[in-house]
Amino acid sequence: MGEKKVTAPLPGTILKIKVDVGQKVSPRDVILIIEAMKMENEIDASVSGEVKEVYVKERQTVKTGAPLVSISIS
Amino acid sequence: MLEQFLEAFQGIGILNLTWGNMVMWVIAFALLYLAIKKGVEPLLLMPIGFGIFAANFPFTGLMDKGGLFYIFYHYGIENELIPPLIFLGLGAMTDFGPVIANPKTFLLGAAAQIGVYVAFFMALLLGFSIPEAASIGIIGGADGPTTIYLTANLAPHLLGATAVAAYSYMALVPIIIPPIAKLLTTAKERAMVMKQMREVGKGERVVYPLLASIVIILLVPKSAPLIAMFMLGNLFMESGVVERLTNVSREALINIVTIILGVGIGATMSAENFLNPKTIYIFILGVIAFAFAVAGGVLIAKLMNLFIKNKVNPLIGAAGVSAVPMSARVVQIMGREANRDNFLLMQAMGPNVAGVIGTAVAAGVFLNIIK
Repeated sequence: MGEKKVTAPLPGTILKIKVDVGQKVSPRDVILIIEAMKMENEIDASVSGEVKEVYVKERQTVKTGAPLVSISIS
Repeated sequence: MLEQFLEAFQGIGILNLTWGNMVMWVIAFALLYLAIKKGVEPLLLMPIGFGIFAANFPFTGLMDKGGLFYIFYHYGIENELIPPLIFLGLGAMTDFGPVIANPKTFLLGAAAQIGVYVAFFMALLLGFSIPEAASIGIIGGADGPTTIYLTANLAPHLLGATAVAAYSYMALVPIIIPPIAKLLTTAKERAMVMKQMREVGKGERVVYPLLASIVIILLVPKSAPLIAMFMLGNLFMESGVVERLTNVSREALINIVTIILGVGIGATMSAENFLNPKTIYIFILGVIAFAFAVAGGVLIAKLMNLFIKNKVNPLIGAAGVSAVPMSARVVQIMGREANRDNFLLMQAMGPNVAGVIGTAVAAGVFLNIIK
C-alpha cells in the first residue's frame, strides 16, 4: 500500500532511534528524537505500517529534509 | 587604652549591620536560591546574588573608590566595557542562517521592540525621567547585556533593578509568552506548517555580518559598540579560519566577563538604591514591556500575512522577544501542541536573533536621542 519516507523537519543531531526494521508503528508513535538548539524534538511515524528501513544512526547530524526512516504503509 | 579598645570594638562589622543590609541579604539569598535550586539563569543570578550579599557588609570598602567591587563596576560596567564583550561572544554563537533564508523575519524582531516603547511611555507617565524611562523600557527587549549597557549609560542608579528584572523575566519567558500568544491567535493559525527554509551558503554567511554592520551602524550610529562587537564575533565564527578566537569569545571570555558583570551589578544594590518604590514600578513596567513585545511580534506577523505569499505562522512573531533561544523553544512547543507535525524551532530562530539586534538598535536610538 505504498511507502512513506519520514524526513527531518529541522536540522540537528539524532539523539535516539526508537524503532527497528520490521517493527509495526502507528501514526502517533515516536520513531526517533532529534536534538536541535539543546531541545529534544520527537519525530512521529505519522502513518501506520511497518518500518522498512532506518537511514540514520544515533549521534549523526542531519539537515532539514534528510530521509530518516521509511515505513511501508499498511 | 580603653578608648582604643572601644574604637576597635565599634569597628566590628556586626555592631554596624543595618536593617537595610539585612533586607538586602534576604534578597541576595532569594536570588541564590532561585539560581541554585530552581535553575533560574544561574550563570547571572549567582554572581549578582553573591555581589549583593558581599556588598552589604559594613566597613568592607568593597564599593568605595578603589575597592574591588568598585573596580569591577567602574571599569567593567560604568565604562561600558563588558556588555560589548558579551556581545562579541553572543555573535560567535549566533547562526544568522534563518534570518538570511527568510529576511522577512527581521521585521518581526523589530516589531517586538514595540514593548520597549510602550513601557517607555508608561514610565514617563508614572513620573520617571526620560533616561530612567528608556532604561526601564529596554527591559522589554529581553536582552540582559543591552539592558545593562543602556542603564549604565543613562540611569546607573537603577542598574540593579533593571538588570534583575530583565534576567528574571527572561527566565519567565515560558510562562509569559504562551497565554498572550494564544489569546492573539486561533488554533488553526498556530497549527500552520511553514515552508521549509532554503539552504544558506558560506559566502552569504561571511558577508552578512559586514553588510548588517553597514546598514545598522549607518542608521543608528550609537548602536555601534554592541553591533560592531556582535558582528565581529559572528565573522570569527562564520569565516571558519580563526577557531581559537571564536572559541575563546564564546566560552572563556564571555564566562570571565560574566562573573565580573554579575558581581559588579550585585554590588550596586545597596538598600538605599534598591529598597524604594521605584524598584516595584520597574518590575511591573518590565513585565508590561514583555507582554507588549510578545503581542507586537504576533500581531505584526498576522499583519504581514495579509500581504505576503509565503505566509508565516504568527507564533514565530512571539520569538522576537530576544531571550535566545528560549523564546524560539517556547514557540516550537506551542506550534507542536496545535499540530504534532509542526516544527517551528528553526523558523522562530529568525525573529529571535533579529530581536537581539533589534533591542541593541532600540538602545542605540535612545542613546542617539537622549545623549
